Amino acid sequence: MNSRAQLINQTIKQISKKILEQGRVDGVIGFRQGSCGYMTEPYMAKTSEAADALIFDCNCRMNLVTYLTHRTDRAGTDKVGIVVKGCDSRNLVTHIIENKIKRDQLYIIGVPCTGLADKNALIAAAGTNILSIEDDGKTLFITTETGTKKIPKADVLQSNCRTCIRKNPVIYDELAGPLVAELEIKARFSDVDKIEAMAAVEKQALFDGLLSECIRCYACRNACPLCYCPTCFVDESRPQWVGKTCEAVDVATYHILRAFHDAGRCTDCGACEAACPLDIKMRIFTRKTIKDCVENYGWEAGMDEKLRPALDHFRLNDPQAFIR
Amino acid sequence: MTAFEPKIITFLCNWCSYGAADLAGVSRFQYPTNMRIIRVPCSGRISPKMILHAIRNGADGVWVSGCHPGDCHYLEGNYYARRKFALLKQLLEYTGLEPGRLQFSWISSAEGVKFADVACRVIDEIKQLGPATHLIKTLVEVA
Repeated sequence: MNSRAQLINQTIKQISKKILEQGRVDGVIGFRQGSCGYMTEPYMAKTSEAADALIFDCNCRMNLVTYLTHRTDRAGTDKVGIVVKGCDSRNLVTHIIENKIKRDQLYIIGVPCTGLADKNALIAAAGTNILSIEDDGKTLFITTETGTKKIPKADVLQSNCRTCIRKNPVIYDELAGPLVAELEIKARFSDVDKIEAMAAVEKQALFDGLLSECIRCYACRNACPLCYCPTCFVDESRPQWVGKTCEAVDVATYHILRAFHDAGRCTDCGACEAACPLDIKMRIFTRKTIKDCVENYGWEAGMDEKLRPALDHFRLNDPQAFIR
Repeated sequence: MTAFEPKIITFLCNWCSYGAADLAGVSRFQYPTNMRIIRVPCSGRISPKMILHAIRNGADGVWVSGCHPGDCHYLEGNYYARRKFALLKQLLEYTGLEPGRLQFSWISSAEGVKFADVACRVIDEIKQLGPATHLIKTLVEVA
């Protein structure tokens, strides 16, 4: 039905089988179909046969770079194949810069990405139980119990994909498909600008409302490739920087500090929002740090292996109008 | 009713701003008594956690002061701090902290006059804002 998706799927399988058979990697981290039609799950293929399960489509919302940290098997010497989208590849660059993994331990299968589908938008568009989804880059064919629906992909894109600055992988060993054109984005941070223009009380009300549902399950933290500290600040107890309750101040402190830890490192991959069981739009925090890094320091995370991240670097003439 | 007297947590770097506070005191420069000074080795030591911790425990304002850029005892600590402070201040004000509650300055140990002057202005600005209401912990903390 759709050649581009088939080509990408076949190529991912072919490359994975090749590198597994040649013994160039111990395993390939990729996606396989999940239990729902609109979900995929992370999957480590360790044999050539297992690689048949690997797929890629608009439901690959997770950032697999998360699974490169906390490796215990021969960590430091093992070789891993990994399937990455444009944003994920920027996280790979960040991992290499931060010495979490060495470039020569990786075999990177890059996927030029045409955007991911928002799972709630998909469910709303389908109207009923989704059995499977095919993605040809521009159109989605949603198969439900009542037949197949055809909808333009642009209608159900995740919001981070609408302001994506890097659809093609930054680093890769092999590509799984032809490169795609990068977006031309106007008013990239219009959502952040809108909040910045508000008065302090309005902002407080907005963020209180945004976070009121949060149950502090930390799914956003666990989905995030940047969150790899051995002891997270939320788990520190002496001193206890963040309270354990769901009181508004504790929840806000968690989200503010998490965003700050990701400052200059976040690639806006959207894995945090996709993982949230309560659909909290916490990217509005990280997007502010992205905007500030772009505007103050001209910094985009994960675009170059040779550059130090924004907070591990300084210039003598950095802006300091706010300091007396 | 008595006028509102804010409590302000002040982080001063050991090598410059703390010296300036000392000099201001020795020189008998007058400034209000709303500050509680915490001495840190370098402004680069300041973590956003410390600032949020002060606010959540009821501080009406936080003031951080270090050496002038180029004068850091550790050569470049305050350059890194400057980027951290910029991002933190912008993020906190974006999420609803009133501008003015969080203040930064560079004061060398020879600038006792500047220290007293900035202290007066910081305290005055925070007084104008009134008592802090945002990001304060109200539930009793256990364990």
